[in-house]
Amino acid sequence: MNQSVLLSYFDSEEHILDATRAAREAGYAVHDVYTPYAIHGMDEAMGLKSSRLTWVCFGAGLLGTTSALSLQYYTSVVSWPLNVGGKPFNSFPAFIPVAFELTVLFAGLFTVAAFLLRTKSFPGSTREALPRVTDDRFVLALRADETDAKVKDLLQRHGALEVEQMEVAS
Amino acid sequence: MSNQHTSPLRVPLVSEERTLGQLTEEICAPMERKPTTKWWVAFALAVVTLAVGVGMVSYEVATGIGVWGLNKTIGWAFDITNFVFWVGIGHAGTLISAILFLFRQKWRTSINRAAEAMTLFAVMCAALFPVIHMGRPWNAFWVLPYPNSRGTLWVNFRSPLLWDVFAISTYFTISAVFWYFGLIPDLATVRDRAKGLKKRIFKALSFGWNGSSRTWHRYETVYLLLAGLATPLVLSVHTIVSFDFATSVIPGWHTTIFPPYFVAGAVFSGFAMVLTLMIITREVLGFQHLITIRHLENMTKVIIVTGGIVSLAYGTEFFIAWYSGNPYEKFTFMNRAFGPYAWAYWTMVTCNVVSPHLFWFKKVRTSPAAIFVLSLVINVGMWFERFVIIVTSLHRDFLPSSWSMYTPTVVEVGTFVGTFGLFFTLFLLFTRVLPIISIGEVKSVAAFARGGHAPAQAGQAAHGSETPHEHPAEEPVQMPAPALAAVAVRKDMPV
Repeated sequence: MNQSVLLSYFDSEEHILDATRAAREAGYAVHDVYTPYAIHGMDEAMGLKSSRLTWVCFGAGLLGTTSALSLQYYTSVVSWPLNVGGKPFNSFPAFIPVAFELTVLFAGLFTVAAFLLRTKSFPGSTREALPRVTDDRFVLALRADETDAKVKDLLQRHGALEVEQMEVAS
Repeated sequence: MSNQHTSPLRVPLVSEERTLGQLTEEICAPMERKPTTKWWVAFALAVVTLAVGVGMVSYEVATGIGVWGLNKTIGWAFDITNFVFWVGIGHAGTLISAILFLFRQKWRTSINRAAEAMTLFAVMCAALFPVIHMGRPWNAFWVLPYPNSRGTLWVNFRSPLLWDVFAISTYFTISAVFWYFGLIPDLATVRDRAKGLKKRIFKALSFGWNGSSRTWHRYETVYLLLAGLATPLVLSVHTIVSFDFATSVIPGWHTTIFPPYFVAGAVFSGFAMVLTLMIITREVLGFQHLITIRHLENMTKVIIVTGGIVSLAYGTEFFIAWYSGNPYEKFTFMNRAFGPYAWAYWTMVTCNVVSPHLFWFKKVRTSPAAIFVLSLVINVGMWFERFVIIVTSLHRDFLPSSWSMYTPTVVEVGTFVGTFGLFFTLFLLFTRVLPIISIGEVKSVAAFARGGHAPAQAGQAAHGSETPHEHPAEEPVQMPAPALAAVAVRKDMPV
């Protein structure tokens, strides 16, 4: 379903941060903010919660450790126990380097995959950026109406260069 | 507070006033214009060198590793030296991108992209050596643990050489993911500037990036996680490489100091290589204001520290060889310093222990020419360090009847030279097809120390001097009336 958002263009990090805060304080719902680089404090201005991707990373890391230890245990103790100088088959300390490497590998790959899934990013995505957003413009998208003079005034006061209405996929 | 990360006391990271748009233009320019003659000359040289390497490797594979100068006593020499050398070079890239990121060292932003690319290319060069050393590289997949038809035959997980396989392949994979992940927003910038086929390619590569802050928020989380994962990873990789030696019983190899010593040496040589590349890049592409003298100076300071650690490690090794009372250990070290390979040892000491101290002088630290020469000297020194560790420990073993000398053959030297060809070919291509400076990250630091305002407002003096508002709703920001006109509209776009 499509919905209508009010886009306002800004030319600096400070303006868009102030405008975002002011708009939220005034009770408008922030649809999204589009910026050429990550802005420090924007998550707090937009009221975003911490990402849960850290948990994906932790879980994937655990999976990596267990997979590596099980693989090494299975191959060195169960499937092909090799007696080298009477040393124990389950020579745990020797298994740590590979376990560590696979922990990092799993954690890294799964976290990035989860990020791509969550943000619906993939090669061939038809999503496009707003004009100049990847260059030098900052855009605040509010769930508001163009006819609302109050919101327009608020945006102008915070340095909006231009305000326009747009239909976006919700 | 929107600009809590800026301070009037802070020296700007990039030295000239640029608008965000100008930064995009500048960084994308090398990819959008035709290559210069200098680039073609460099590229031609690199490709010729690469061709030499390809020829040598083909000859070696076709004939067998008998064409190398190895013998029964010295079974590891040039190839493993080069392997450790190249892996070490790679470490600075991850260090800059991950460890400096965790330490919030914002000066990394101008150099991290190129340094990470350098890591990838260096690890590719490194990985070549163990593979060709196998003699039958088409069987290289045997090092992977997979169920096979040769009975219950598995790889030996107790072998440091197998740990290497896991360490290097994980390192390469995570570095590549980290590098590409950092590239995504910049690929979108390039996509939005390109036309035709190039636009289609970059559209696919940028994964539909649209600069959404909800995405940026998650992106920053993942970037931090990757940096957190890469930091112990980079330390583990050279630690595991050093285990190849440290877990053996050869005097000169069997030392507990190896893991930290190898890691410090890797950072030392890696930073030297980053400096070599960055000094050339900033001159050729005119990026002196983005990769400033301060960037170079900071890197030389890292070199002083890591050079100090390396020197301390040399001293400790010698001290322990004497203090342990182990005659074999003592002999190995005396032989290193005064034996047949003393020239290699003293080259190493001159380059690694003496030369970094020139960086204590501010004049040397701030002269690109001097830094360039010293960075090359350090790279030579670090190559010799690996050569000394490997060859001098092997050539006088426990049995004097098997004592031997080692001289590299043309094939070995040619292969080593060829990896430089591979490295520079890839790096030169990289400067042509991808933004070599992280556009998004440089933009985020462009406003530093300028009252917190993006340089776009530099011309609007009255505006720039305002203090940030605590309650912007009550105290409206005074926007100059012709705001739209004040900002030069460069493109056919709505704003």
